[in-house]
Amino acid sequence: MSEDVIKAEGLTKIFNSHLTAVDHIDFSVKRGEIFGFLGPNGAGKTTTINMLITILKPTDGKASVLGFDIARQDYNVRNVIGVVPQEYTADEDLTGVENILLCADLYGIPRNIAKERVIDLLKLVELTDFGDKKVQTFSGGMRRRLELACGLVNRPKVLFLDEPTLGLDVQTRTATWNYIRKLKKEFGMTLFMTTHYLEEADALCDRVAIIDHGKIVVVGAPEELKHGLGGDVITLGIKEEADVSELIQSIEHVKDVKKEDGSYRIKAESGEVTAPLIIEALRRKGHTVTKLSLTEPTLNEVYLEYTGKSMRDAEESREAFASQRMTMRRAHQ
Amino acid sequence: MTESNGNSQSKMHGLWALTNRELKKWYKAPVIFILSIIQPVIWMGLLGKAMNIGAMFSGGTFAIPPQLAQQFSPAQLSLLGGYFAGLQTSILQSAFNTTDYFSFMAVGMISFTALFTTMFSGMSVVWDRRLGFMNKVLSTPVSRAVIIFSKVLSATLRSMFQAGLIILIAIAFGLQFGIGFNPIYVLGVFGIMFLICVGLSSVFIAITIRSTRIETPMAVVNLINLPLMFASNAFFPTKFMPDWLQTIAKVNPLTYTTDAVRQLLIFSTDWTQLALDFTYVGIFAAIAATIGMVLSWRFLSK
Repeated sequence: MSEDVIKAEGLTKIFNSHLTAVDHIDFSVKRGEIFGFLGPNGAGKTTTINMLITILKPTDGKASVLGFDIARQDYNVRNVIGVVPQEYTADEDLTGVENILLCADLYGIPRNIAKERVIDLLKLVELTDFGDKKVQTFSGGMRRRLELACGLVNRPKVLFLDEPTLGLDVQTRTATWNYIRKLKKEFGMTLFMTTHYLEEADALCDRVAIIDHGKIVVVGAPEELKHGLGGDVITLGIKEEADVSELIQSIEHVKDVKKEDGSYRIKAESGEVTAPLIIEALRRKGHTVTKLSLTEPTLNEVYLEYTGKSMRDAEESREAFASQRMTMRRAHQ
Repeated sequence: MTESNGNSQSKMHGLWALTNRELKKWYKAPVIFILSIIQPVIWMGLLGKAMNIGAMFSGGTFAIPPQLAQQFSPAQLSLLGGYFAGLQTSILQSAFNTTDYFSFMAVGMISFTALFTTMFSGMSVVWDRRLGFMNKVLSTPVSRAVIIFSKVLSATLRSMFQAGLIILIAIAFGLQFGIGFNPIYVLGVFGIMFLICVGLSSVFIAITIRSTRIETPMAVVNLINLPLMFASNAFFPTKFMPDWLQTIAKVNPLTYTTDAVRQLLIFSTDWTQLALDFTYVGIFAAIAATIGMVLSWRFLSK
């Protein structure tokens, strides 16, 4: 079997013959790595994951998981993958154990084997003491861990996680990352995840594909992507109206200058040395620097570089979406 | 791969797990369970006992006017009294085929339950889709057909349980069995219930599976539920209905279901009619289940 556990070629999904959610994407995921799909709400992340887990048929192109074609060998794919959905799908009226056993039944795992696995899985996600409690008493983090346990019940070779920490607080998010890292380290599992949290992609993923409007704009290791930007980012504002881009550009170490909403985004090697040089040069020309910040590149800078916009706006609408869904869940209870 | 998973998958694996999940939501939630028992009791009490059609013909409602009574001798009067008393039985007998309206109606409740239970259990499909459970199941090796079967099966089992319950409650309230009734006929009741529920729930699931909003199937249910009920013989014999309504009642599978249950429980069984009822409901179930399941299956395999 090849080293590529997941391979997509020209994968495309068009809804209602006009809405292109995923637009001819190519990528491959190597054995044992954590591969992240990073992008804002509506970028096509969930559509991609839904095609890979065989619940949506691609409109065009193809993809395979562990050598099985997602369209023609969907049954084989379903057997070897685990899925942790974005939503809390566990049944609130049932206990943790009952929920995992239900998942086991869906894979046709015999009861005696399933019961042994339940014990292991509860231990893995540290829910042993809560296995017999109804899920409606669980906190958000506990539910997320239960979803993780359910997704692992068939001992998958590849685990798909759709927004694994959506709506979780910072501590719980960090804890969830540790469970995911453990899966990779202890079981050599290949993980495919989507996220719109930049820090999450940075902290967790071996490689990241940035997706925007259904297209992959760049793929690479987070470190590599950040270094590829060519150093630090200096953001600077001046009092005067004049355009000083060319002046800044001429300074040593400065690689690129972009003017955005009255401030300048300057890319420079060793920013801590370059920044004073820029201030000095501007002052000599009679400009007053009103603000300045120096950041080492993050994935947000990478995102900005390739898509021309920040991810924050998208994130806000995402939170609104999540809260709306929570309201709906409560209405149901 | 399958071996190392230790999975033993058949074409139908997961069917019981998914069906039991639905049933657990019902019997493990005491409030819902109790309400589902109380509901038919209330309906039977209201419709069967409040609309006491039999009482209209008995005793006080119908007295011979005094002026008229003077013209008859006591012997003639007692003859006349006996005639009127007989009239009550004979009207009821010819209209309802039984002398007890409560029994007539209580049995109609059984198809009423089939209709309501199957319709509302179809709603769970909408929740499964909204809460992401459906997608999760679709990503497992469970067959698409099994997902739909489990919905149909759980609705059917619930309805059949309620049917049994209604029979018991009706007996407690004074259900009068037909001449020649044999307890084994109750199995026939479950048989016809099974057929009608499989048919109805397949149709409702095909409707609800396309919907991500709970409002849509609710509107559909509200639109067709009661009309379908009253355009049948569940509460009143069709022969007194206007022609156009009789035509609807004649194609309404609920009419045949109700008739079959009556033939089995409270009428002196007409075996030819019963065979016709079973054939009609059987054909309805086969067609509805085929269409409903094919539509659902195609939707899930999109």
